[in-house]
Amino acid sequence: MKNQNLFHYTLQHADNCLILGQRLGEWCGHGPILEQDIAMTNISLDLIGQARMWYQYAAEIQGEGKTEDDLAYLRDAWDYRNVLLVEQPNGDFAKTIFRQFLFDSYSCYFYEALMNSSDEHLAAIAAKSHKEALYHIKWSADWVVRLGDGTEESHERMTAAVAELWPYSGELTKANKTEAEASKDGIGIDLQALKERRDAKIREVLTEAALTIPESTYAHEGGKDGRHTEHLGYILADLQFLQRAYPGLEW
Amino acid sequence: MVISKDYILDLLENVSDPEIPVISVLDLGIVRDVIIYDSYVEVIITPTYSGCPAMLEIEKEINNALKKNGILELKITTVLSPAWTTEWMSEEGKLKLKEYGIAPPNPTNPEDIECPQCGSKNTKLLSEFGSTACKSLYKCNDCLEPFDYFKCH
Repeated sequence: MKNQNLFHYTLQHADNCLILGQRLGEWCGHGPILEQDIAMTNISLDLIGQARMWYQYAAEIQGEGKTEDDLAYLRDAWDYRNVLLVEQPNGDFAKTIFRQFLFDSYSCYFYEALMNSSDEHLAAIAAKSHKEALYHIKWSADWVVRLGDGTEESHERMTAAVAELWPYSGELTKANKTEAEASKDGIGIDLQALKERRDAKIREVLTEAALTIPESTYAHEGGKDGRHTEHLGYILADLQFLQRAYPGLEW
Repeated sequence: MVISKDYILDLLENVSDPEIPVISVLDLGIVRDVIIYDSYVEVIITPTYSGCPAMLEIEKEINNALKKNGILELKITTVLSPAWTTEWMSEEGKLKLKEYGIAPPNPTNPEDIECPQCGSKNTKLLSEFGSTACKSLYKCNDCLEPFDYFKCH
Protein backbone atom coordinates (compact mmCIF):
# COMPACT_ATOMS: atom_id res chain seq x y z
CA MET A 1 0.00 0.00 0.00
CA LYS A 2 1.31 3.41 -0.99
CA ASN A 3 0.15 5.27 2.05
CA GLN A 4 -0.09 2.92 4.99
CA ASN A 5 -0.09 5.66 7.59
CA LEU A 6 -2.93 7.62 6.01
CA PHE A 7 -4.88 4.36 5.79
CA HIS A 8 -4.40 3.65 9.49
CA TYR A 9 -5.15 7.26 10.42
CA THR A 10 -8.38 7.15 8.45
CA LEU A 11 -9.36 3.80 9.96
CA GLN A 12 -8.85 5.05 13.51
CA HIS A 13 -11.46 7.72 13.01
CA ALA A 14 -13.78 5.48 11.03
CA ASP A 15 -13.74 2.93 13.83
CA ASN A 16 -14.38 5.56 16.53
CA CYS A 17 -17.49 6.73 14.69
CA LEU A 18 -18.80 3.27 13.90
CA ILE A 19 -18.36 1.78 17.37
CA LEU A 20 -19.84 4.77 19.19
CA GLY A 21 -22.68 4.87 16.65
CA GLN A 22 -23.36 1.19 17.30
CA ARG A 23 -23.29 1.72 21.07
CA LEU A 24 -25.77 4.61 20.86
CA GLY A 25 -27.97 2.53 18.59
CA GLU A 26 -28.36 0.05 21.45
CA TRP A 27 -30.51 2.70 23.14
CA CYS A 28 -33.08 2.55 20.35
CA GLY A 29 -36.42 1.85 22.02
CA HIS A 30 -34.85 2.01 25.51
CA GLY A 31 -34.29 5.75 26.04
CA PRO A 32 -35.45 7.32 29.30
CA ILE A 33 -37.98 9.42 27.39
CA LEU A 34 -38.99 9.41 23.74
CA GLU A 35 -37.24 12.67 22.81
CA GLN A 36 -33.92 11.49 24.21
CA ASP A 37 -34.30 8.08 22.63
CA ILE A 38 -34.62 9.94 19.33
CA ALA A 39 -31.68 12.20 20.17
CA MET A 40 -29.37 9.24 20.78
CA THR A 41 -30.41 7.42 17.62
CA ASN A 42 -30.10 10.65 15.61
CA ILE A 43 -26.54 11.10 16.86
CA SER A 44 -25.91 7.43 16.14
CA LEU A 45 -27.04 7.97 12.57
CA ASP A 46 -24.75 10.99 12.14
CA LEU A 47 -21.82 8.96 13.49
CA ILE A 48 -22.50 6.01 11.22
CA GLY A 49 -22.78 8.45 8.31
CA GLN A 50 -19.41 9.90 9.27
CA ALA A 51 -17.99 6.39 9.60
CA ARG A 52 -19.11 5.66 6.04
CA MET A 53 -17.26 8.70 4.69
CA TRP A 54 -14.10 7.60 6.52
CA TYR A 55 -14.38 3.95 5.45
CA GLN A 56 -15.06 4.85 1.83
CA TYR A 57 -11.89 6.89 1.80
CA ALA A 58 -9.94 4.20 3.64
CA ALA A 59 -11.02 1.63 1.06
CA GLU A 60 -9.89 3.97 -1.71
CA ILE A 61 -6.46 4.47 -0.10
CA GLN A 62 -6.11 0.75 0.46
CA GLY A 63 -6.68 0.24 -3.26
CA GLU A 64 -7.41 -3.49 -3.08
CA GLY A 65 -10.92 -3.21 -4.50
CA LYS A 66 -12.46 -3.59 -1.07
CA THR A 67 -15.46 -1.55 0.04
CA GLU A 68 -16.56 0.32 3.14
CA ASP A 69 -18.56 -2.78 4.08
CA ASP A 70 -15.51 -5.06 3.97
CA LEU A 71 -13.73 -2.75 6.40
CA ALA A 72 -16.67 -2.50 8.78
CA TYR A 73 -17.88 -6.08 8.70
CA LEU A 74 -14.89 -8.26 7.99
CA ARG A 75 -12.12 -7.10 10.29
CA ASP A 76 -11.62 -8.64 13.70
CA ALA A 77 -11.18 -6.88 17.04
CA TRP A 78 -7.37 -6.54 16.82
CA ASP A 79 -7.71 -4.75 13.47
CA TYR A 80 -10.05 -2.17 14.94
CA ARG A 81 -8.34 1.08 15.96
CA ASN A 82 -11.00 2.91 17.93
CA VAL A 83 -10.24 4.39 21.34
CA LEU A 84 -11.31 2.34 24.36
CA LEU A 85 -13.81 5.01 25.45
CA VAL A 86 -16.26 4.39 22.62
CA GLU A 87 -16.53 0.65 23.26
CA GLN A 88 -17.44 1.09 26.93
CA PRO A 89 -20.95 -0.19 27.71
CA ASN A 90 -23.85 2.26 27.81
CA GLY A 91 -24.48 1.81 31.54
CA ASP A 92 -27.18 4.19 32.74
CA PHE A 93 -28.18 7.39 30.94
CA ALA A 94 -25.60 9.41 32.93
CA LYS A 95 -22.76 7.16 31.78
CA THR A 96 -23.90 7.32 28.15
CA ILE A 97 -24.10 11.11 28.42
CA PHE A 98 -20.63 11.46 29.90
CA ARG A 99 -19.10 9.08 27.36
CA GLN A 100 -20.73 11.18 24.64
CA PHE A 101 -19.53 14.43 26.15
CA LEU A 102 -15.95 13.15 26.34
CA PHE A 103 -16.13 12.10 22.71
CA ASP A 104 -17.86 15.28 21.49
CA SER A 105 -15.46 17.58 23.33
CA TYR A 106 -12.68 15.84 21.44
CA SER A 107 -14.35 15.50 18.05
CA CYS A 108 -15.58 19.07 17.62
CA TYR A 109 -12.03 20.42 18.03
CA PHE A 110 -10.61 17.52 16.06
CA TYR A 111 -12.79 18.22 13.03
CA GLU A 112 -12.21 21.96 13.31
CA ALA A 113 -8.46 21.43 13.10
CA LEU A 114 -8.69 18.73 10.43
CA MET A 115 -10.41 21.16 8.09
CA ASN A 116 -6.87 22.50 7.51
CA SER A 117 -5.48 19.10 6.55
CA SER A 118 -3.25 19.06 3.50
CA ASP A 119 -5.29 16.06 2.36
CA GLU A 120 -8.31 17.55 0.60
CA HIS A 121 -10.53 14.56 1.18
CA LEU A 122 -9.90 14.58 4.93
CA ALA A 123 -10.57 18.32 5.01
CA ALA A 124 -13.91 17.74 3.25
CA ILE A 125 -14.95 14.98 5.67
CA ALA A 126 -13.99 17.30 8.53
CA ALA A 127 -16.01 20.26 7.24
CA LYS A 128 -19.06 18.06 6.83
CA SER A 129 -18.74 16.37 10.23
CA HIS A 130 -17.77 19.46 12.20
CA LYS A 131 -21.25 20.96 11.95
CA GLU A 132 -22.74 17.74 13.25
CA ALA A 133 -20.25 17.46 16.11
CA LEU A 134 -21.12 20.99 17.25
CA TYR A 135 -24.76 20.03 17.45
CA HIS A 136 -23.90 16.87 19.39
CA ILE A 137 -21.83 18.67 22.02
CA LYS A 138 -24.61 21.17 22.58
CA TRP A 139 -26.82 18.27 23.54
CA SER A 140 -24.32 16.25 25.60
CA ALA A 141 -22.89 19.27 27.48
CA ASP A 142 -26.41 20.44 28.26
CA TRP A 143 -27.24 17.03 29.75
CA VAL A 144 -24.02 16.88 31.79
CA VAL A 145 -25.10 20.15 33.41
CA ARG A 146 -28.74 19.12 33.86
CA LEU A 147 -27.82 15.84 35.50
CA GLY A 148 -24.78 17.07 37.43
CA ASP A 149 -26.60 20.07 38.81
CA GLY A 150 -29.94 18.27 39.03
CA THR A 151 -31.40 16.08 41.77
CA GLU A 152 -29.41 14.28 44.41
CA GLU A 153 -29.75 11.03 42.50
CA SER A 154 -28.81 12.46 39.09
CA HIS A 155 -25.79 14.16 40.68
CA GLU A 156 -24.68 10.88 42.25
CA ARG A 157 -25.06 9.01 38.97
CA MET A 158 -23.18 11.68 37.05
CA THR A 159 -20.39 11.64 39.66
CA ALA A 160 -20.12 7.87 39.28
CA ALA A 161 -20.02 8.19 35.49
CA VAL A 162 -17.20 10.76 35.68
CA ALA A 163 -15.19 8.52 38.03
CA GLU A 164 -15.65 5.47 35.83
CA LEU A 165 -14.96 7.06 32.45
CA TRP A 166 -12.28 9.60 33.35
CA PRO A 167 -9.41 7.15 32.82
CA TYR A 168 -10.62 6.72 29.23
CA SER A 169 -10.40 10.43 28.40
CA GLY A 170 -6.62 10.58 28.10
CA GLU A 171 -6.26 8.19 25.16
CA LEU A 172 -8.19 10.52 22.86
CA THR A 173 -5.61 13.28 23.07
CA LYS A 174 -2.42 11.22 23.34
CA ALA A 175 -0.89 10.72 19.92
CA ASN A 176 0.15 7.24 18.88
CA LYS A 177 2.74 6.67 16.16
CA THR A 178 0.19 6.92 13.38
CA GLU A 179 -1.12 10.25 14.63
CA ALA A 180 2.30 11.70 15.32
CA GLU A 181 3.40 10.88 11.80
CA ALA A 182 0.17 12.21 10.26
CA SER A 183 0.59 15.45 12.18
CA LYS A 184 4.19 15.78 11.02
CA ASP A 185 3.09 15.32 7.41
CA GLY A 186 0.41 18.02 7.68
CA ILE A 187 -2.30 15.42 7.04
CA GLY A 188 -3.36 15.02 10.65
CA ILE A 189 -3.76 17.45 13.49
CA ASP A 190 -1.70 18.55 16.48
CA LEU A 191 -3.24 16.68 19.41
CA GLN A 192 -1.40 18.73 22.03
CA ALA A 193 -3.07 21.94 20.85
CA LEU A 194 -6.39 20.13 20.79
CA LYS A 195 -5.88 18.82 24.30
CA GLU A 196 -5.59 22.31 25.75
CA ARG A 197 -8.85 23.46 24.19
CA ARG A 198 -10.59 20.18 25.02
CA ASP A 199 -9.49 20.30 28.67
CA ALA A 200 -10.71 23.88 29.00
CA LYS A 201 -14.10 22.88 27.64
CA ILE A 202 -14.35 19.94 30.05
CA ARG A 203 -13.40 22.21 32.95
CA GLU A 204 -15.99 24.78 31.96
CA VAL A 205 -18.84 22.27 31.64
CA LEU A 206 -18.01 20.20 34.73
CA THR A 207 -17.74 23.34 36.83
CA GLU A 208 -21.14 24.50 35.65
CA ALA A 209 -22.47 21.01 36.38
CA ALA A 210 -21.21 21.16 39.99
CA LEU A 211 -19.01 18.14 39.32
CA THR A 212 -15.45 17.67 40.50
CA ILE A 213 -12.75 17.07 37.94
CA PRO A 214 -10.78 13.98 38.95
CA GLU A 215 -7.14 14.63 39.75
CA SER A 216 -5.81 11.38 38.35
CA THR A 217 -4.22 11.56 34.93
CA TYR A 218 -3.98 7.80 34.61
CA ALA A 219 -5.14 6.77 31.15
CA HIS A 220 -6.18 3.41 29.79
CA GLU A 221 -4.85 3.10 26.28
CA GLY A 222 -4.18 0.66 23.48
CA GLY A 223 -7.34 0.83 21.40
CA LYS A 224 -5.71 2.95 18.71
CA ASP A 225 -3.17 0.17 18.19
CA GLY A 226 -5.66 -2.70 18.29
CA ARG A 227 -5.47 -3.65 21.99
CA HIS A 228 -9.04 -3.55 23.20
CA THR A 229 -11.19 -4.26 26.23
CA GLU A 230 -13.25 -7.42 26.04
CA HIS A 231 -16.34 -5.35 25.16
CA LEU A 232 -15.32 -4.82 21.56
CA GLY A 233 -15.61 -8.52 20.71
CA TYR A 234 -19.21 -8.56 21.85
CA ILE A 235 -20.02 -5.41 19.87
CA LEU A 236 -18.52 -6.92 16.73
CA ALA A 237 -20.37 -10.20 17.27
CA ASP A 238 -23.57 -8.21 17.14
CA LEU A 239 -22.53 -5.79 14.39
CA GLN A 240 -20.96 -8.34 12.07
CA PHE A 241 -23.19 -11.34 12.61
CA LEU A 242 -25.10 -11.15 9.34
CA GLN A 243 -22.06 -10.79 7.07
CA ARG A 244 -20.20 -13.51 8.94
CA ALA A 245 -23.11 -15.97 8.83
CA TYR A 246 -24.25 -15.11 5.31
CA PRO A 247 -21.20 -13.72 3.47
CA GLY A 248 -22.03 -11.16 0.80
CA LEU A 249 -25.67 -10.93 1.78
CA GLU A 250 -27.35 -7.78 0.52
CA TRP A 251 -30.33 -6.07 2.03
CA MET B 1 -32.52 15.80 -29.29
CA VAL B 2 -30.25 18.45 -27.91
CA ILE B 3 -30.25 18.26 -24.14
CA SER B 4 -29.98 21.52 -22.29
CA LYS B 5 -29.14 22.14 -18.67
CA ASP B 6 -32.52 23.86 -18.23
CA TYR B 7 -34.29 20.75 -19.45
CA ILE B 8 -32.51 18.63 -16.82
CA LEU B 9 -33.25 21.20 -14.12
CA ASP B 10 -36.94 21.11 -15.08
CA LEU B 11 -36.92 17.35 -14.61
CA LEU B 12 -35.14 17.66 -11.25
CA GLU B 13 -37.79 20.13 -10.12
CA ASN B 14 -40.10 17.11 -9.97
CA VAL B 15 -37.80 14.99 -7.81
CA SER B 16 -38.77 15.49 -4.20
CA ASP B 17 -37.25 14.67 -0.85
CA PRO B 18 -38.89 11.37 0.22
CA GLU B 19 -39.15 12.59 3.83
CA ILE B 20 -40.59 15.99 2.90
CA PRO B 21 -42.40 15.42 -0.39
CA VAL B 22 -43.42 19.06 -0.87
CA ILE B 23 -39.92 20.29 -1.61
CA SER B 24 -37.76 19.34 -4.56
CA VAL B 25 -34.08 18.44 -4.56
CA LEU B 26 -33.48 21.86 -6.16
CA ASP B 27 -35.34 23.67 -3.36
CA LEU B 28 -33.25 21.79 -0.82
CA GLY B 29 -30.03 22.87 -2.48
CA ILE B 30 -28.53 19.41 -2.73
CA VAL B 31 -28.11 19.55 -6.52
CA ARG B 32 -24.85 21.44 -6.88
CA ASP B 33 -24.47 21.33 -10.64
CA VAL B 34 -25.60 19.73 -13.86
CA ILE B 35 -23.00 19.31 -16.57
CA ILE B 36 -23.88 18.30 -20.12
CA TYR B 37 -21.11 16.35 -21.85
CA ASP B 38 -21.12 15.08 -25.43
CA SER B 39 -21.99 11.54 -24.45
CA TYR B 40 -23.55 11.85 -21.00
CA VAL B 41 -25.06 14.05 -18.34
CA GLU B 42 -23.50 14.48 -14.91
CA VAL B 43 -25.59 15.53 -11.91
CA ILE B 44 -23.53 16.59 -8.90
CA ILE B 45 -25.22 16.29 -5.53
CA THR B 46 -24.14 16.76 -1.93
CA PRO B 47 -25.59 15.05 1.15
CA THR B 48 -27.54 17.07 3.71
CA TYR B 49 -26.45 15.20 6.84
CA SER B 50 -23.75 12.55 6.53
CA GLY B 51 -26.05 9.82 7.82
CA CYS B 52 -29.22 10.93 6.07
CA PRO B 53 -30.95 7.74 4.90
CA ALA B 54 -32.93 9.72 2.31
CA MET B 55 -29.81 10.34 0.20
CA LEU B 56 -29.77 6.88 -1.36
CA GLU B 57 -33.47 7.18 -2.18
CA ILE B 58 -32.94 10.64 -3.68
CA GLU B 59 -30.16 9.34 -5.88
CA LYS B 60 -32.43 6.55 -7.12
CA GLU B 61 -35.23 8.98 -7.84
CA ILE B 62 -32.98 11.34 -9.76
CA ASN B 63 -31.84 8.37 -11.77
CA ASN B 64 -35.42 7.24 -12.47
CA ALA B 65 -36.73 10.69 -13.33
CA LEU B 66 -33.97 11.35 -15.83
CA LYS B 67 -33.94 7.90 -17.43
CA LYS B 68 -37.72 7.98 -17.84
CA ASN B 69 -37.29 11.13 -19.85
CA GLY B 70 -34.69 9.81 -22.20
CA ILE B 71 -31.47 10.69 -20.35
CA LEU B 72 -29.96 7.24 -20.53
CA GLU B 73 -26.30 8.12 -20.18
CA LEU B 74 -26.23 9.54 -16.69
CA LYS B 75 -23.67 9.87 -13.96
CA ILE B 76 -24.58 10.99 -10.45
CA THR B 77 -21.60 12.21 -8.45
CA THR B 78 -21.68 12.88 -4.72
CA VAL B 79 -19.36 15.59 -3.42
CA LEU B 80 -18.70 16.37 0.24
CA SER B 81 -17.20 19.80 -0.15
CA PRO B 82 -18.35 22.49 0.27
CA ALA B 83 -20.57 21.06 3.00
CA TRP B 84 -24.31 21.50 2.53
CA THR B 85 -25.95 24.35 4.38
CA THR B 86 -29.58 25.38 4.80
CA GLU B 87 -28.52 28.72 3.31
CA TRP B 88 -28.77 26.98 -0.05
CA MET B 89 -32.46 26.33 0.43
CA SER B 90 -34.59 28.37 -1.98
CA GLU B 91 -37.06 30.99 -0.75
CA GLU B 92 -39.78 29.07 -2.56
CA GLY B 93 -38.72 25.92 -0.73
CA LYS B 94 -38.98 27.69 2.62
CA LEU B 95 -42.51 28.84 1.77
CA LYS B 96 -43.49 25.31 0.76
CA LEU B 97 -42.10 23.95 4.03
CA LYS B 98 -44.15 26.43 6.03
CA GLU B 99 -47.35 25.58 4.14
CA TYR B 100 -46.65 21.92 4.80
CA GLY B 101 -46.44 22.59 8.56
CA ILE B 102 -42.66 22.64 9.04
CA ALA B 103 -41.09 25.88 10.29
CA PRO B 104 -38.34 26.82 7.79
CA PRO B 105 -34.76 27.52 8.94
CA ASN B 106 -34.36 30.97 10.42
CA PRO B 107 -30.67 31.94 10.19
CA THR B 108 -31.14 35.54 11.35
CA ASN B 109 -32.58 34.53 14.67
CA PRO B 110 -32.63 30.81 15.49
CA GLU B 111 -34.20 31.60 18.87
CA ASP B 112 -37.17 33.19 17.19
CA ILE B 113 -39.15 30.41 15.54
CA GLU B 114 -42.59 31.06 14.17
CA CYS B 115 -45.37 28.48 14.55
CA PRO B 116 -46.28 27.31 11.03
CA GLN B 117 -49.87 26.69 12.15
CA CYS B 118 -50.93 29.97 13.77
CA GLY B 119 -47.97 32.29 13.07
CA SER B 120 -47.23 32.98 16.74
CA LYS B 121 -43.64 33.59 17.76
CA ASN B 122 -44.36 32.43 21.29
CA THR B 123 -42.84 28.99 20.78
CA LYS B 124 -40.64 26.65 22.76
CA LEU B 125 -37.98 24.08 21.88
CA LEU B 126 -39.02 20.61 23.07
CA SER B 127 -36.10 18.63 21.70
CA GLU B 128 -33.04 19.42 19.59
CA PHE B 129 -33.63 16.18 17.74
CA GLY B 130 -36.75 15.42 15.76
CA SER B 131 -38.21 12.85 13.40
CA THR B 132 -35.32 13.26 10.94
CA ALA B 133 -31.74 14.50 11.28
CA CYS B 134 -32.64 17.86 9.73
CA LYS B 135 -35.42 18.78 12.14
CA SER B 136 -35.95 19.61 15.79
CA LEU B 137 -39.17 19.56 17.73
CA TYR B 138 -41.01 22.68 18.90
CA LYS B 139 -44.28 23.53 20.58
CA CYS B 140 -46.42 26.61 20.13
CA ASN B 141 -47.39 28.19 23.45
CA ASP B 142 -50.40 29.91 21.87
CA CYS B 143 -52.13 27.27 19.75
CA LEU B 144 -50.46 24.50 21.81
CA GLU B 145 -49.63 22.43 18.71
CA PRO B 146 -46.26 20.73 18.43
CA PHE B 147 -44.39 21.27 15.15
CA ASP B 148 -41.16 20.41 13.36
CA TYR B 149 -38.52 23.07 12.78
CA PHE B 150 -36.08 22.60 9.90
CA LYS B 151 -32.95 23.58 11.77
CA CYS B 152 -30.17 25.80 10.48
CA HIS B 153 -27.17 23.80 9.42
